[in-house]
Amino acid sequence: MSITVRYFASLGERLGRSESTVDFIREMTVNDVWRLDTAEMSMPANILAAVNMEYAHPDDRVHNGDEVAFFPPVTGGQSVGD
Amino acid sequence: MAIKICHDAINPWQELQDYQNHALNPDVQFGATGIFIGTMRDMNDNAAVQRMTLEHYPGMTENQLAKIINDARERWAFLDALIVHRVGDVIPNDTIVLVAVWATHRGDACDACRFIVEALKSTAPFWKKEVLSTGQTRWVERNTDGYRKS
Repeated sequence: MSITVRYFASLGERLGRSESTVDFIREMTVNDVWRLDTAEMSMPANILAAVNMEYAHPDDRVHNGDEVAFFPPVTGGQSVGD
Repeated sequence: MAIKICHDAINPWQELQDYQNHALNPDVQFGATGIFIGTMRDMNDNAAVQRMTLEHYPGMTENQLAKIINDARERWAFLDALIVHRVGDVIPNDTIVLVAVWATHRGDACDACRFIVEALKSTAPFWKKEVLSTGQTRWVERNTDGYRKS
């Protein structure tokens, strides 16, 4: 089984990549994907996750063909302090 | 309802006029339009900003903006809504975001518009990377509470 992993913004820069593929044989959670692909023990508290473009919890299960994304807090709209 | 992600400059007044003239159902009798336009400033967090790049997550951005409008619909009675958001390279005075809500009454139009703006800022997957006047670059890592009194 295989899933696509995407990283955005400052997180993508820190990890040095914006996309990768994770192959797995047992059931995995979002946090397992983070651990396997980044070699970091658990998702930092400020990192958000999405599965198939919807917000997800670190304990949510992932399935074959899913797209899992990790990203820092979002900052849309106009500037900070407005 | 319409959601537009623009790579080029947004003219918010033209967007409003076009949507109201061509996309809004002509049978819709609206009595109030709530509008928010967010513009890039040349200062942020005590530093002069020369330009910035707005990154987003294509696909999830549109999904999340549609979800925000649907969430607003559960709380306020409005007839239609439009969100236009810029991505890519942006300079000061450029429009970053336009939110418009058409409703029968002003309370619904203003309150739903405000809700959509705040929900967009805290949940839609956009990220800003600023280039300061010094040439230094930095990611904007947080948004402030829009309801805070300054």
